[in-house]
Amino acid sequence: MAEYKNVYLDYSATTPVKEEVLKEMIPYFIEHYGNASSLYTIGLESKSALDKAREQVANLVGASPKEIYFTGSGSEADNWALESTAFDMRAKGKGNHIITSCIEHHAVLHTCEYLEKQGFEVTYLDVDKEGFVSPEDLEKAIKDETVLISIMFVNNEIGTIEPIKELAEVARRHKVLFHTDAVQALGNVEIDVKDLGVDMLSMSAHKIYGPKGQGALYIRRGVRISNFIHGGAQEMGKRAGTENMAGIVGFGKAAEMARTNLDNHIRHCSELRDYLVSEIEKKIPKVFVNGSRKHRHPGNANITFEYIEGESILLLMDMYGVAVSTGSACSSKSLNPSHVLSAIGIPHEMIHGSIRFTTGDYTTKEEIDFAVEKLVEVVEKLRELSPVNSEKGWN
Amino acid sequence: MGLYNDKVMDHFMNPRNVGELENPDGTGVYGSPVCGDMMQVQIKVENDVIVDAKFKTFGCGSAIASSSMATEMIIGKTIDEALAISNKTIIDELGGLPPVKVHCSVLADHAIKCAIYEYAEKNGKKYKGLEGFDPNEEEDDHDHVAEE
Ligand SMILES: Cc1ncc(COP(=O)(O)O)c(C=O)c1O
Ligand SMILES: [Zn+2]
Repeated sequence: MAEYKNVYLDYSATTPVKEEVLKEMIPYFIEHYGNASSLYTIGLESKSALDKAREQVANLVGASPKEIYFTGSGSEADNWALESTAFDMRAKGKGNHIITSCIEHHAVLHTCEYLEKQGFEVTYLDVDKEGFVSPEDLEKAIKDETVLISIMFVNNEIGTIEPIKELAEVARRHKVLFHTDAVQALGNVEIDVKDLGVDMLSMSAHKIYGPKGQGALYIRRGVRISNFIHGGAQEMGKRAGTENMAGIVGFGKAAEMARTNLDNHIRHCSELRDYLVSEIEKKIPKVFVNGSRKHRHPGNANITFEYIEGESILLLMDMYGVAVSTGSACSSKSLNPSHVLSAIGIPHEMIHGSIRFTTGDYTTKEEIDFAVEKLVEVVEKLRELSPVNSEKGWN
Repeated sequence: MGLYNDKVMDHFMNPRNVGELENPDGTGVYGSPVCGDMMQVQIKVENDVIVDAKFKTFGCGSAIASSSMATEMIIGKTIDEALAISNKTIIDELGGLPPVKVHCSVLADHAIKCAIYEYAEKNGKKYKGLEGFDPNEEEDDHDHVAEE
């Protein structure tokens, strides 16, 4: 059997829960099992844990705790923000036009497609070759009927950090609500909702070393959107369902750690990411980096290996224990070439050979060395197997 | 546990008959990197029997495994027997492929027919299994719409 080492380089897909986070979560299963809505002691204990977590999450993005609503996932936060805003605004006769970008996560894109079926008109803004949405393009797309703009903060495939402050400024000038999917930005770039001027912002715990199945939506004070999950009066009456206490407490702790650790995290992840990229560029010919080199998620590297196909790379790397992804995790079973790489103008044959690596807090230099060593072998092996190569060209 | 069964993984990890032949009697190329899968297969024919075959494939795990299995299946077979091999027989021989990957095995079956077609054209031969076969037919039946 080949040399095997567990090397996880897919921190954008999800992260392990940190020990400190888990430690805070555990009591909420057996000991502190009270329902936060109950008025006796163990209920009130849960209530105060809920308040604390809300404050921890609020602090990470510069919001007030009253502006944070816990949800069941980042996807739910996106669905809620888009659907409720769209339906509310149309009901008020404000219009039926939504603007988003063509590189959004499917949580936003598929919600937009659903809204189109409900009679809304959606404009999907193009991006430039590094994946940036231009504030000028946004301004041109706004019409009298525009009721919502949703542009992601950091792209999950190529890591491009969008100019959210400028984009939100355009929205504000035109008095249109602005939402951003910050799931990949959280804990990876500094976020201050007040400074950014966004109206709504989606978050998810499992990308910042918190538990899966836990998200939150920031809704700026003064912005009112209808409920998405109807029922009890949880989350200030805005999101029904008995709270996932362990999940919320874990999210709170993860958010607190992400805040205190932000500078270290960014430095650590970007140093190792840069090392990974330079090693690959040094040791493997015919590769290129997709996305922006400058305004980029600290751990993300998206690299095209010419003349070979991504799934084969992924499977062979997996044989050595190295976990990487082809495009975005949710498209690995789909035959469609990545919509994000298409949008930045990468030809299909090269999209098929693109791999996303993400470094994280537990990544080490030794792991990168091991991954690169194996990558060199894998790429060589697959290129031997390939009918296309640099001499013959692509046909 | 994995995406593929052990047999598929074995053919993917240790593909048989990789490479190119010195003087092939027929070469077939099918698919394109734009679609995500492309296979080139070359055959050596003696007395209507395929005595050797080599392939090169750009593609996913199942495309490579199907290519490897298909070349193994045709070596030693008569042309007529080789023409009777369909993507279904290749999949069966591999012990099955995930449903979304079935189209990748069509590649091997078509590429082999293309190679035999070239051999038949060059040598003025006719085979029943090639009736109605068009090597330039667009692979538009490729299912690119499956999602997540
Ligand atoms: C940009 C982006 N938005 C939304 C999501 C969905 O978050 P969750 O997995 O919590 O539903 C993800 C996660 O894959 C993401 O990367
Ligand atoms: Zn395939």
